[in-house]
Amino acid sequence: MISLRHIHKRFGAVTALDDVSLDIGTGEVIALVGENGAGKSTLMNVLYGLYQADSGEVLVKGQPVRLRSPRDAIAQGIGMVHQHFMLVPTLTVAENVVLGREPSRWGRMDMDRACQEVAATCERFGFKLDPRARVDTLSVGSQQKVEIVKALHRGAQVLILDEPTAVLTPQESDDLFRVARGLAAGGRTVVFISHKLREVLSVAERVAVMRRGRLVAEVRAANTRPEELAALMVGESRVPLAEAQTYHPPGGEKLLEAKELRARGEDGRPALQGISLEVHAGEIVGIAGVDGNGQRELAEVLTGLRTLEGGGGNLLGGPLTGLTPAEARRRGVGHVPEDRLWRAVVKAMTVEENVALGRQTQAPFARGLQVDFAGRRERTAALLKAYEVRPPDPEVPLQALSGGNQQKVVVARELDAGPKLLVVVQPTRGLDIGAVAQVQAKLREARDKGAGVLLVSLDLEEVLALADRIYVFFEGRVTGTFTRPEFDEREIGRRMLGTHGEEVAHG
Amino acid sequence: MLEIIEALLSSTLEYFPALLFAALGATLSERSGVVNVGVEGMMRAGAFCAAVAAITFPTPVGVLVGMLAGAGMAAIHGYLCIRWRSDQVVSGMAINLVALAGGTYLLESLYGPNGTPPIHQLTRWHLPGLSEVPLLRVLSGHSALTWLALVLPFAFHGLLYRTPLGLRLRAVGEKPHAVATLGLSVTGLRWLAVLGSGMLAGLGGATLSTAVLDRFEQHTPAGLGFMALAAMVFGRWTPLGAFLAALFFAFGGALRIGLASSAPGLLEVVPQGFLLALPYVLTLAVLAFQGQRTHAPAALGTPYEQESR
Repeated sequence: MISLRHIHKRFGAVTALDDVSLDIGTGEVIALVGENGAGKSTLMNVLYGLYQADSGEVLVKGQPVRLRSPRDAIAQGIGMVHQHFMLVPTLTVAENVVLGREPSRWGRMDMDRACQEVAATCERFGFKLDPRARVDTLSVGSQQKVEIVKALHRGAQVLILDEPTAVLTPQESDDLFRVARGLAAGGRTVVFISHKLREVLSVAERVAVMRRGRLVAEVRAANTRPEELAALMVGESRVPLAEAQTYHPPGGEKLLEAKELRARGEDGRPALQGISLEVHAGEIVGIAGVDGNGQRELAEVLTGLRTLEGGGGNLLGGPLTGLTPAEARRRGVGHVPEDRLWRAVVKAMTVEENVALGRQTQAPFARGLQVDFAGRRERTAALLKAYEVRPPDPEVPLQALSGGNQQKVVVARELDAGPKLLVVVQPTRGLDIGAVAQVQAKLREARDKGAGVLLVSLDLEEVLALADRIYVFFEGRVTGTFTRPEFDEREIGRRMLGTHGEEVAHG
Repeated sequence: MLEIIEALLSSTLEYFPALLFAALGATLSERSGVVNVGVEGMMRAGAFCAAVAAITFPTPVGVLVGMLAGAGMAAIHGYLCIRWRSDQVVSGMAINLVALAGGTYLLESLYGPNGTPPIHQLTRWHLPGLSEVPLLRVLSGHSALTWLALVLPFAFHGLLYRTPLGLRLRAVGEKPHAVATLGLSVTGLRWLAVLGSGMLAGLGGATLSTAVLDRFEQHTPAGLGFMALAAMVFGRWTPLGAFLAALFFAFGGALRIGLASSAPGLLEVVPQGFLLALPYVLTLAVLAFQGQRTHAPAALGTPYEQESR
């Protein structure tokens, strides 16, 4: 149905796509896998007309076509669901779906007809969505369905799903796989971009593997094992395997005892509605939950960045109430924030300056009132070596490093300060496999040395892999606690959707 | 008592159209995601060009020229902010400064410091039927622009919330990338909004020099553009909100004049400066109470870039 031929694409000095050719058939689910930065999304953005290829051509039904904008792609029956949803949160489901092809009468928008049309499309493909609901009131899973309906409503024959399960619960993912198979059975094509290998093999018939901008292999899912795919993605036969986990009983000193915490979110709505939890020395406590259920606010409260409005407790020998960031650091709280460029580093400053941040007045970064240039360089160089940061040069601006290496610098700095309690949020988001394994190993190492780690991650797999205990958050409350080895992925998924989980999942 | 109230209302209706047009203009631009602090400068350009054109041509033609002048200033803003993605606040302030200095230079070199020669004011509509009815008679004796100002917010509301174009404008101010992925032109929509914004601000300025006064004066519009921005915020970036806010602020202005003229004794107790500051103090108070920016369009002030990674 669609053929991509010899596609090249460069961004400045970086080659994003290097001579990629791929055939996509009718009625199949094909997966595109690869590490972050391998070129999967870039390739699909070329197919969707968002990026222009530098050279190469796209054939639809054997005819070369020019895709200069999404409008052209839509006209060719290509639809795309982006990793970050392209929905206007303040508009309704129907408004989002018909945007750009609004039914109207004498210049006035015909809202009733829009709702009917959208309801009809939902009906036809078996989605349960209320056309008049505002998008920002929907769960993430439902928002994704709106995106799919949006593409189908425009007559998409080929549906590109970019990392569709990254933010979903296991139940919502299963639901999505059913939808994908149903669409393929109905004669449509689904292109599934992912780096979660097990789920790729369960949903796709054919898997195309990308590495550093090149298409390196195409395999049939039926006779491929996840390990083989991983090796193809990374390009070497040694693949860091997930370590066997042993349970670390919370025998250590109680570092954090939080009771009935209440706080508001950025938008002024109550984000924490009575959270109680404990973290002991020598354990990793994972917080699982769908994005926006209070995890971010919890991390901010514990690091003194957000004011507590109710509840309290004890953090490293002092009260939680009235905590400031400086006081949190003084007591021994380390923080790897969610968005490193926003809160952790100054990208225009050098790596060594970033490493000194927060401890710039202490040895070995300062001597009296002066910066200790030699001490700072020496310590930074040692850290870069220990964390295998590339390039291992303390003097380059931080922004010259890749995202994974920047994150390693942040983790190195925080752990080097010898924290008693480490609050880490989404520590491996957007990193490639090698960096993920390294960051996770460092967190385990810190735990084994006696630190307490509070891990917030939207990636349930990561929480399951690292945590000794798990608290599940839903709408600012704890809806479940689990202790290794009694981790039940399905049950955790249900708790992530609250008590009315099933209805939300299918709403 | 009735007379005082009628005088206040009549004077409110006199001042409110200019404020309202500018506030609607600012709302239009900002709903599409482009900050427009250049409203003051666009008003000044509109006021000046309208007055100059009305010296030779009929006054309504002057009003149209004023709108075009506002759009011309907006085109500079659009070129910098949309085409070259420069900082929208800086660009807006630059427009204010250019209009302030340029207006003064042109005025002084063409007509001297005392303003343009007087022109024919826009015709005032006297409605014979109303002149005997208490309260309602304040509606009589205003120009067509006052009536336009009473209708336009509702038309604008309809445009924004009831038409496909309105839906797209709101969407582009909230999430431009969503609009782009549907094959619509983000830059096209923003250009439309910014030029429309300039026309409305120009109309506001023209109102000052052709309906409220009968010439362009040195200091026009004297901060009214900034008050229009306050009305936009106070009105939560909605046309009807801007309508109510503009009425409120214009009432504050009328109160100032009313107090000074109806109770001359007051001036001996309260320095005149305090009375002059009344509308501005009101503006500040309202903004301070309203506080948060949660009603602003989500993508406001963010230049749109397609191939950003």
